[in-house]
Amino acid sequence: MTALLSLHNVSKRFRGLVAVDAVSFDVAAGELFAIIGPNGAGKTTLFNLIAGAATPDAGSISFAGEPIGGLPADAICRRGIGRTFQIVRPFPALTVEDNVIVGALLHNRDVAKARTRARDLLRRLDLFDQRNRIAATLTLPDRKRLEVARALATEPKLLLLDEVMAGLRPTESDRMVAILRTLNRDSGLTIVLIEHVMRAVMALASNVLVLDHGIVIAQGKPEAIVRDPAVVRSYLGAELVERI
Amino acid sequence: MAAKTAARVADYFTRLTASLLADVPGRALILLAVLFALLLVAPWFINDYLLTVLIVVLYFAFTGQAWNIMMGFAGQLSLGHAIYAGLGGYITAVLFARFGIAPWLGFVAAVPVAAGCGATIGFLAFRFRVAGVYFAILTIAFAEFARIGFDHLDFVNASAGLFLPVAQYAHNDLWHLRGSPTMFYYVILAAAALVFVLCRALLKSSVGYCWLAIREDEQAARAVGIDSFRYKMAAVMISAVITSFAGVFYAFFYNNLFPEQVFNISRSIEMILGPIIGGIGTLFGPILGAFVLTGLAEALNTALVALGFDLPGAKQVFYGVCLLLVVVALPDGVWPWLARLTGLEERRR
Repeated sequence: MTALLSLHNVSKRFRGLVAVDAVSFDVAAGELFAIIGPNGAGKTTLFNLIAGAATPDAGSISFAGEPIGGLPADAICRRGIGRTFQIVRPFPALTVEDNVIVGALLHNRDVAKARTRARDLLRRLDLFDQRNRIAATLTLPDRKRLEVARALATEPKLLLLDEVMAGLRPTESDRMVAILRTLNRDSGLTIVLIEHVMRAVMALASNVLVLDHGIVIAQGKPEAIVRDPAVVRSYLGAELVERI
Repeated sequence: MAAKTAARVADYFTRLTASLLADVPGRALILLAVLFALLLVAPWFINDYLLTVLIVVLYFAFTGQAWNIMMGFAGQLSLGHAIYAGLGGYITAVLFARFGIAPWLGFVAAVPVAAGCGATIGFLAFRFRVAGVYFAILTIAFAEFARIGFDHLDFVNASAGLFLPVAQYAHNDLWHLRGSPTMFYYVILAAAALVFVLCRALLKSSVGYCWLAIREDEQAARAVGIDSFRYKMAAVMISAVITSFAGVFYAFFYNNLFPEQVFNISRSIEMILGPIIGGIGTLFGPILGAFVLTGLAEALNTALVALGFDLPGAKQVFYGVCLLLVVVALPDGVWPWLARLTGLEERRR
């Protein structure tokens, strides 16, 4: 099976700092793929390169068999990659519903149709009752779900989730895991997520990539990853592995 | 065939009307209708002076709404909108004064020029990522170029000014925009009302949603697939074309054009005060702002004259105080506050 998303030797440097260093990996269609690693490992930069918010200095990124490296963010979204932001950025002065409508307009130019689709998504993400609230007034977990809803509204084939579990209580994060699982199972949505919450990673991911200082230090099944000595040393720490 | 087309057109307009009226509280519609009716019959009940004041109010309601499309909807701050009004005014006036071409036809010629000028400024800014304050400076620079350029353009009489032939007209000539203040009043009333409906339609369309998204967070807007360059270009060009009509009106109402005046930055500032006072990004804000500012400034003038004071610059001081009060007390403008107070906010389903 060919990969939906494929990175080959992708690098990005900011002046002297090599944020992403010759990273290569493949994500198969329908996969739930997690990227983990300590703070500053280059995870978000990697996302920005895939989503077009930044341009890679070297290497190639292809999506559904076509090169997308260096395309602008909106063009990449139109090809079928949706994303959320680590530091949430809903459209603050718009209502929850209007936020999602903006996303839904990508494939439904008719506002009424976009609204129907938006409401459908808001129901699925437990935000329907808050649809008339101004986005800026939502709690952080709700804003995170709103970002997921808005990204889903663009009908992506691949969804990039940047720490959507961070700051959520365990029950909230379990709910998010359930939502993502359902999406993945029902619509075959491929998901790549950056996550620090190992509980969610273990529950969700079929494949895990570990970054440290911009370099891939391990990749494999989650059960194997947590026992990898390099991963334990650089990121997880021995106690956490014992707990898992 | 014809019946089918007619039915389709009728259906289109029915749906358009329905979508325009959706979510508007009944009371707001009634008040809007009452306001419009009052403005329609006003010329029968007021003197020439008050009619001129109302013309100025509606002129600023018109330009304020046009500017609001760019700033209030798409979030692009223009401080040089005088350039579009100036171009519209000069093109139609020179075509009329030199070749006798009717202003409505002249406006057809002005539309591509205004749009092209907006597109040029927009392209330079959006292509090369000139944003925020720097974008505003760019718009000022263009208006200043135009001011200095027209000041040396002999074809339009340079700094000596362009004058339209004035004669006593036996009757109103709408086609050539020659006639009584009452005629001009109805022209600007119709224009302001039309732009109001247009703004509502734009805001409720997919374009409006995309503009608001760009205004709120451009990077997030692009992440949901919005080609922000295209939408910002559209906002600038639409705003420019609408504003250029204000220039046509101005030229034919006042019958004279001086580069030093029409392209002056103070003209640009005047246009944006109404929406700032009334509420940037709202539909009714620019209209309310125009009424509040011009209405109160004229009332102040009248009061000062009546009291025997002669204070040049009192209007400017008044503008300053108004702005200060609004910025401190109602940073979102008067209209959002008034709408909440009176329950005229949009309904949410």
